[in-house]
Amino acid sequence: MDNLGNIGTTEEQIELMDVATNFCRDKSPVDKVRGLLEDELGYDPAIWQEIGELGWLAIAIPEAHDGVGLSMAEVVPIAEQMGRNLMSTPFGSTTLAAQTLLAGGSEAQQAAWLPKLAAGTAATLALREDNGDWDLANVDAKGVESGGTVTLSGKKQLVLWADSAELIIVSFKLDDAVRFALVERAAVGDGALRREAIIDETARSYELTLDGITLSADALLDASRTRETLEKIELAAGLIHSAEMTGGAQAVLDYTLEYLKTRKQFGKIIGSYQALKHPTVNNYVEYEKARTHLYSAAHSWGEQGRGEVAVRMAAAQAHSSYATAADRAIQFHGGFGFTHDCDAQLHRRKAILAGALIGDAAYQRSKLAGLLFD
Amino acid sequence: MVDKPNAAELKEYTAAADAWFKENTVRDPGFMLPLTFMEVSTDQQFDFLREWQRKVYEAGYLGASWPKEYGGGGLHSDYQRAATRAMKKYDAPIMLNAIGNGWAGPLILDLGTEEQKHKYIKGMLNAEDIWCQGFSEPENGSDLGNAQLKAVKDGDDYVLNGSKIWTSLGDRAKYMILLARTDFEAENKYKGLSFFLNPMKIDGITTSRIKKLTGEYGFVQTFFTDARIAGDCLFGGEGNGWSMAMKTLEYERGAKVKPVGGFFVKELDVMEIVELAKNSMRNGKPLLDDPVMRDKMTQYMIDIQALNLNNTRRRMPQLMQDKPMGLPLMNKLARTELIRELTEFSLGFQGSKAGYYVGDENAIDDGYWHRSYLNSFSATIGGGTSEIQRNIVAEHALGLPKTR
Repeated sequence: MDNLGNIGTTEEQIELMDVATNFCRDKSPVDKVRGLLEDELGYDPAIWQEIGELGWLAIAIPEAHDGVGLSMAEVVPIAEQMGRNLMSTPFGSTTLAAQTLLAGGSEAQQAAWLPKLAAGTAATLALREDNGDWDLANVDAKGVESGGTVTLSGKKQLVLWADSAELIIVSFKLDDAVRFALVERAAVGDGALRREAIIDETARSYELTLDGITLSADALLDASRTRETLEKIELAAGLIHSAEMTGGAQAVLDYTLEYLKTRKQFGKIIGSYQALKHPTVNNYVEYEKARTHLYSAAHSWGEQGRGEVAVRMAAAQAHSSYATAADRAIQFHGGFGFTHDCDAQLHRRKAILAGALIGDAAYQRSKLAGLLFD
Repeated sequence: MVDKPNAAELKEYTAAADAWFKENTVRDPGFMLPLTFMEVSTDQQFDFLREWQRKVYEAGYLGASWPKEYGGGGLHSDYQRAATRAMKKYDAPIMLNAIGNGWAGPLILDLGTEEQKHKYIKGMLNAEDIWCQGFSEPENGSDLGNAQLKAVKDGDDYVLNGSKIWTSLGDRAKYMILLARTDFEAENKYKGLSFFLNPMKIDGITTSRIKKLTGEYGFVQTFFTDARIAGDCLFGGEGNGWSMAMKTLEYERGAKVKPVGGFFVKELDVMEIVELAKNSMRNGKPLLDDPVMRDKMTQYMIDIQALNLNNTRRRMPQLMQDKPMGLPLMNKLARTELIRELTEFSLGFQGSKAGYYVGDENAIDDGYWHRSYLNSFSATIGGGTSEIQRNIVAEHALGLPKTR
């Protein structure tokens, strides 16, 4: 099977891994994460500014647009450490918006927006709809073109960090074809954004009502590149969420291990009981497989054919291992595991949102089967 | 230590190895070849594999990076790696003398005396001297540290009494690496153990064949009745048996001594399973059109790809910083359990023909899949059961307390 990728790292990746490991650990201790759960904005603006100053939003943006000129492979260790420390910001959504512009934006659109995103202007994607379909091409929102303007209608759901984003890239149908448009935050009326109650309390998400939004036709992305733009979004989102989930799986396993090493029942440290230690080992094995797939996906990301197989394997393994590790973390913490105070629920809920955003493990496998066997 | 290899020479050696295995590899000798060294049951199989190992060694493709003075090739380990790659490429048969080359050899090279190195290494490389392992006992399997076979000092000799079990190649071996109890009063069970390089063809040692679940033979129970061995068979000093036994496990991971080369167990080729699935039908349609089978097969592909890439990742320290013992220690557990599951899964492809077994002309692939599934337990049980492996990973990689 020649579409199976390999594993490798770059020097920049490893340097960023070291920096991100320390930064995310120091700046996102769990009491800070919990302090932000009920905050309207959902993140610390000072941290967001630091992330911009570190140049992390510029990593996968070409130098011509004030970026660093590396690739998504170098974004992976950062997203991994953010997931590990539950550091929630518009980092992922802004990175994905930049990748979308690179795949489908005109030279002028890229020149207008990429330098801003590289410098720390938040952006996001509005892709999901009421049909709940993970197929990004299944959209019902509409655009009607007339006299050089496009008028949008319909609703987009699960638009992450929309309140903070200055740029929202929206998908809709124009003359029965999927298209993307750049919608500036300023063009979105106050009533058009409704904060959604989502499963992951560390993230912020909004429903966006498109009715009444009118754009100039030059806000549309290139119609001839819609297909590759959709593919790029799927792969980039798959990679970045796999990284976050893999980091999260590591954290929730460590959190469980800590409890298994300290909690006593029947006069013994509970981690000495095989009923707890054996499933924990199984979950650890699954996590290591996820991390191996993650760095394989980062390495193979740009390769035709191999990239998609590697990313979907990483996404499937990351989602299943994160969900299982967090599920068992709740159980193994006993009564405390059932409380909001136990961090296991933060991870369990985060895994559900990540699966909802990119397609869960079973969905990834169904896409993989086509790539592998047909 | 040998310096980094000369690139041109290595290239030449690699090409020669490739050509040699292309020319000399016999994949179908007309009888079923064992997939692992634990499955050698007939004289025909044994003779063929012994001759094959000798041939590979004499061509310079086994032990190529072991020291020259003891019978190795004295080359950098990249040479042996190239030869092993060629063996895999041409789907060559396994190396027979697993316990010798994989366990006893590295131990002797690492800690043995000059005399021991001269005495044992060459004979294990050319398969003249077959080795077996005497660790497990009928009453002490997973609790290996409780081994009770008695080794009582008598003058310069030791006198052995007791029994070892699951001894692969035990009836054909010239030597056994033997874990025996020399001190019954030691402060704990581990400290009473000693390690011996034990001759098998002596008075007082007999073997009795054990029929496996497959219906084949392949291992024996070994009985020691006042068997007398010389004092210099002791290895590593009295009371150090447990640490010697544990050390042999480290060589599997290729820590200090360079790997001898070749392989003792044939890796399952997952593409063969995919092929089998593609050629199987269900309800008049290809099996892989069935969404349940598709999903399962895909999950196995994800698992296999992860374990294969883990082997590369293990050599990348930058991706091994957190829990560095994790990947090495989990490898046996993850791989052997996956092979068991996969081969079991493959039986389900065969529909009604899953009912056939080795020896019937209606059996798919001569019963290869059934044999592989049943034999897969040798790896999930032998060398420390999966349950013991989970304890090892938990205690040594994850830092959980011991189970007592």
